Amino acid sequence: MTPEYRTALIELLYQLADDNFILAYRGSEWLGLTPHIEEDVAFSSINQNAMGHAAIYYQMLEDLGEGKSDDLALLRPPAAFRNAVLLELKNGPGNYWDAPDYDWAFAVVRHFFFDVFKSIRLNALKKSSYPPLAAAAGKIVTEQAYHLMHWETWFVQLMMSTDEARRRMEKALSLCWADAGGLLSLGKWGAVMAEHGLTATEAEWRDQWRQAIGQSFARVGYVPIGEPGMAHGDGRNGEHTADLGEALSILSEVYRSDPQATGW
Amino acid sequence: MDDEGLKTRVTEALKKVKDPELPGIDIVALGMLETVSVTSGRARITLLPTFSGCPALDLIKKEVVETVRRVDGVTEVAVVFSFDPPWTTARISPEGREQLKAYGIAPPPAAQRPGDPWEIECPYCGSSVVTVENWFGPTACRSLLYCRSCRNPFEAMKPVAHVADERPRPD
Ligand SMILES: [Zn+2]
Repeated sequence: MTPEYRTALIELLYQLADDNFILAYRGSEWLGLTPHIEEDVAFSSINQNAMGHAAIYYQMLEDLGEGKSDDLALLRPPAAFRNAVLLELKNGPGNYWDAPDYDWAFAVVRHFFFDVFKSIRLNALKKSSYPPLAAAAGKIVTEQAYHLMHWETWFVQLMMSTDEARRRMEKALSLCWADAGGLLSLGKWGAVMAEHGLTATEAEWRDQWRQAIGQSFARVGYVPIGEPGMAHGDGRNGEHTADLGEALSILSEVYRSDPQATGW
Repeated sequence: MDDEGLKTRVTEALKKVKDPELPGIDIVALGMLETVSVTSGRARITLLPTFSGCPALDLIKKEVVETVRRVDGVTEVAVVFSFDPPWTTARISPEGREQLKAYGIAPPPAAQRPGDPWEIECPYCGSSVVTVENWFGPTACRSLLYCRSCRNPFEAMKPVAHVADERPRPD
């Protein structure tokens, strides 16, 4: 493994781990607040799965000598995170413990965008030149169909529902579209990743994502304005919002006070 | 006892280990056991996780180590998890399918291929007049259903095949 290959691999693994980790956390903040009890069960299961996927990638980083996987998730500064900014943004006004006024339309669109992308990325990673990553992707992708189906069902139903639902969904769509480009970015090491066969190229999965999302948009008669943007910066290069720092300090509070307390 | 004999005994012992999230079925019947090897009394067991993010893996590993350590002649136990090959529901043995049913969980179709519809029989009355109440159940591997014939709610193990190359439709 050349130093260049290793750097690109580690950058990629952080993108994979951090995406799943931070979105699973945002999802878990919906516990008890979703529109109905069945959704609570389903959403919790999806979040638990995504957190499990993050753990797999953090473990690969540990195996590469990056440090203990729990430390990687909980003790790095925000600038070391490589998740897409779209995934770290707060669920809406308020806090989980204090008057949460979360936006379900935003949750549906954000998760739908992410899970369409996650499927495309996993299918590309099945052919990764790093064998442990290819094997893990081959397994995770078998479970992805259920997540995708879940969010697509919500997306289509709310888009075809009442005028109010449509209005709220379109608002969420423009918010998510403005940062969807960060999801598709591979960051400054992207060209090296693709060159070494670690992933597909950024252009390839951008095309695939646009095509898949375009099909769903066509189904519900929606036309986006312009290209997916990076309104809040490129998280793959360590650019983040204050929302990430806040989330990480909540997530790591117990672990920082007593690392033993988080064991099973 | 020689290593070959030990290997048989270790495999037998593993049939007593259950997935804590599916207590009715042992890990061998569930198809989680990929390989067992014994070299000079040192056992090495490779398991395939059913779901990649399964939080029960640590517990299963602990249980496997404790169980195999009690086999006479075994001096050391190593357990590794692998995604290669990926576990699919096709690995569940016929006995495993019966064990699931007895526990009140409908087994997944024996030979699920990408794009196949999911055909489920009620584990209580065998009726196929059932509705999916929630694709997501109490654990990652189970869904919640309702039998229109005997009016019982029940759970079913989700089929896991190599389905994700195709985009499923939600209808
Ligand atoms: Zn029945």
